[in-house]
Amino acid sequence: MSKKTIIPFGPQHPILPEPIHLDLVVEDEKVLEAIPSIGFIHRGLEKLVEKKDFVDFVYVAERICGICSFIHGMTYCMAIEEIMKVEVPARAQYLRVIWSELSRLHSHLLWLGLMADGFGFESLFMQSWRIRELILDIIEETTGGRVIFGSAKIGGVRKDIDAKTLDDIVRKLDRYAADIREIAGVFLSDASVQHRLKGVGVLSGADAYALGCVGPTLRASGVAMDMRQLGYAAYKNINFSPVVETAGDCYARCSVRIRELYQSIDLIKQAAGQMEAGPLEVKVSGTPKGEFFARTEQPRGEVVYYAKADGTRFLQRLRVRTPTFANIPALVKVIPGHALADVPILVLTIDPCISCTER
Amino acid sequence: MKFFVMAKTVLRNLFSAPATRRYPAIRRPYYKNTRGSISIAVDQCIFCGMCSRKCPSAALTVVKAGKKWTINRLRCIACGYCVEVCPKQCLAMGNHYSASVQAKTEETFSHA
Ligand code: SF4
Ligand code: SF4
Repeated sequence: MSKKTIIPFGPQHPILPEPIHLDLVVEDEKVLEAIPSIGFIHRGLEKLVEKKDFVDFVYVAERICGICSFIHGMTYCMAIEEIMKVEVPARAQYLRVIWSELSRLHSHLLWLGLMADGFGFESLFMQSWRIRELILDIIEETTGGRVIFGSAKIGGVRKDIDAKTLDDIVRKLDRYAADIREIAGVFLSDASVQHRLKGVGVLSGADAYALGCVGPTLRASGVAMDMRQLGYAAYKNINFSPVVETAGDCYARCSVRIRELYQSIDLIKQAAGQMEAGPLEVKVSGTPKGEFFARTEQPRGEVVYYAKADGTRFLQRLRVRTPTFANIPALVKVIPGHALADVPILVLTIDPCISCTER
Repeated sequence: MKFFVMAKTVLRNLFSAPATRRYPAIRRPYYKNTRGSISIAVDQCIFCGMCSRKCPSAALTVVKAGKKWTINRLRCIACGYCVEVCPKQCLAMGNHYSASVQAKTEETFSHA
């Protein structure tokens, strides 16, 4: 006779870099239901807009997440720029693309490492993070920070990348692409890895769409939706089509992220090729009045920034809808029916970023 | 279905130099842009307090009357905003991290 038990998963768990808690209703080794609870690291950053000048808040917005920090800062700036009808110079738009893609590269490599660690492939984890370190070096060289770029600014960007450094970056990325191909081979064709990923956690395209999934979680289920298609920053001038897989399992989600690595390298090259000399920012004066929804694509999916301003130096309201928050319903949906030992892999495949989810 | 795809990489790793450095014998060079730590040329400071008003993490305290500029290095997030807003350009962002601390103290600078 089997009996139902509840096994707590998290908030502290070896595979979780950040705290999320799931109550797993388990019968034998099979999970019947997963009940999530979040809110362990709520910091009230959205409320802070009432106390911080809207120009200074960029620094806070960047620190909402420690991985996709640049895109957070940039999206906040985009919302304010749209309200204030500021036209960002072309060079700044291209630099924003380059830095966005660099953060996607390092985020996906981080995820690949965590995933490898999650299914117990220690040396693959270290190889992924070795490559990630090389990307972090590029980021530090160009912006001054390893993960907190600090280069987004309302009206443009703070830093420039000179032509020689840009050439170097493009050349380096070609080399790193070869390194990535080497580890990608292991993720995508090794029998032991496939055994853990193939057919696990299948999410159909219709479910993914209905549950409001975003990012690689959605695209791995065959829905070609990527906010970069909206053409914000300089994406409108760049040849881009979303990476899509159809299987909807953990393997497909892994494959989408790996293919996005090559795509990001390609986008950086395109941006570097098209970028022309010009100003980095326009001077922004006055205060914002109005409201706007800014949407961009983060490594984990679509992020939405809603800003409402009443013409003072302090925003009335700021709301951030982060990608992980949108993907948690999918997680809760796919877990039932799987073995307890598969839960860590399933949690990891949505690439959970809890500190931005809870802000 | 392939097996031992990682074998080549693992074997190569056995015979190649490590990917990590032997710190502290070999130190990592900092980049020119690296945001390390804040320094002040205090004799040029006019104690206007602009830096402390703008600092996102409230790491700076400026006392105009006593002509004192104080930084709490444990609060500073090395964003560099104070350097940007200082009207006298007396703040600088060094590309070296500040030395490790043994106590939660603040550093105060004032005119000699
Ligand atoms: S902004 Fe510059 S001049 Fe003013 S108090 Fe700070 S360091 Fe001194
Ligand atoms: S670098 Fe940023 S956090 Fe540090 S003292 Fe200056 S403004 Fe404050």
